[in-house]
Amino acid sequence: MADHTGAADTEALHVELVAADRTVWSGDAAMVIARTTEGDIGVLRDHAPALSLLAEAVVEIQVEGTDDVVVAAVDGGFLSVANNRVSILSEHIELGEDIHVDKAKAELEEARGLIGANNEAERRVRRAEARLRAAEKVSSGPGH
Amino acid sequence: MAVSLREYRARIKSTESMKKITRAMELIAASRIIKAQQRAQQAAPYARELTRAVSAVATFSNVDHPLTREEENPKRAAVLVITSDRGLAGAYSSSVLKEAERLAGRLRDEGKEIDWFLAGRKSEAYFKFRERPFVESWTGFSDQPTYDKAAEIGKALIEAFLADSAEQQGEEARYEDVDEVHIVYTRFRSMLVQEPTAVRLLPLEVVEGEEPPEEDELLPLYEFEPSASQVLDGLLPQYVQSRIFYSLLQAAASELAARQKAMKAATDNADELIKKLTRIANQARQAGITQEISEIVGGVNALADAQAAAND
Repeated sequence: MADHTGAADTEALHVELVAADRTVWSGDAAMVIARTTEGDIGVLRDHAPALSLLAEAVVEIQVEGTDDVVVAAVDGGFLSVANNRVSILSEHIELGEDIHVDKAKAELEEARGLIGANNEAERRVRRAEARLRAAEKVSSGPGH
Repeated sequence: MAVSLREYRARIKSTESMKKITRAMELIAASRIIKAQQRAQQAAPYARELTRAVSAVATFSNVDHPLTREEENPKRAAVLVITSDRGLAGAYSSSVLKEAERLAGRLRDEGKEIDWFLAGRKSEAYFKFRERPFVESWTGFSDQPTYDKAAEIGKALIEAFLADSAEQQGEEARYEDVDEVHIVYTRFRSMLVQEPTAVRLLPLEVVEGEEPPEEDELLPLYEFEPSASQVLDGLLPQYVQSRIFYSLLQAAASELAARQKAMKAATDNADELIKKLTRIANQARQAGITQEISEIVGGVNALADAQAAAND
């Protein structure tokens, strides 16, 4: 992507992962992968300014200078990129390492059972799926 | 005399135990303020990033959204009043209610009817006692508000604000349509100063661009996904909710500060009362002793006089 803003080449991609009531993670990243309502998006340094709606899914952040990957489940929200600054906003964000796989599975089962009962159910299923995926990604170790 | 002495002692004792309670409440409030302030600080990044995103959309696209549209002839206004659930916080809740009444007077002068939305048991009680109608109330979280509660309140207010466009689309609205939404809450300025404040929440006034771009500067072309208007559709309700969350957090910190101040005053008063009562009790005891002595002396004298008379 071309750089429209004329930011310095050496500037790292700064990422803020912000939930409604706290900042979940912040730091420099090599790449951010998120799922918008339109499809997956990968953000590298010098990405063009963008503002997208996120789906209930997993966000992956490849931490700059290491092999570490931060995995988090988001509950919808926004991704905004400008001047090598990425902010991911969502009402609820959970880091994969904080999610318990078995509990997430149980929640998914419960949410699936509710399908058809009300409109919220589908959203809950998507959310539970995202949490489970985030938890599984973390437990299967780095390098994903 | 002896009876009143016992009474004084009982009063001193009860004042002492009351003092223990108010002291404990003061300390609890003091420790919770720190937590409430931390929560307010932790919520700040979200509000900041949202504001940044909203002003980005506002600056780089043409904003026209139902939530920002001014009604030409506003007839009805919703007012959200944020008070505490519990008392013992001095004038905290009543000064918010006073501010709300002031706002209501102003709105009525402008020819608007008012729909009340209440947060906190104190405002609910105020309206119920006066048998005044209100649309909806939320209680049970005033000193530790969560984002989910703010989202619930926000959704209700947005629904009321957008009720007319929902009706146009043939949907049944839960609330009567309002043309404006105001919030009355207490702003936490410092431990000593909290001011009741009224602000207009809807229609939103979007502040454009943190740094207005130069005339000849090329604007960064934002990519909106799926589209600018859909992004705005998602952003603005979040923005409203985060504004409400901010007000709830401010109100919580103010409530605790007011409670700490009130309880400190109560503890100091109890101290003074105990001092005063102890003095009165001592006086009563001394008076009792003096009287007993004079009675004994009088009795002895009378006996001596009687004996002297018999010996004569």
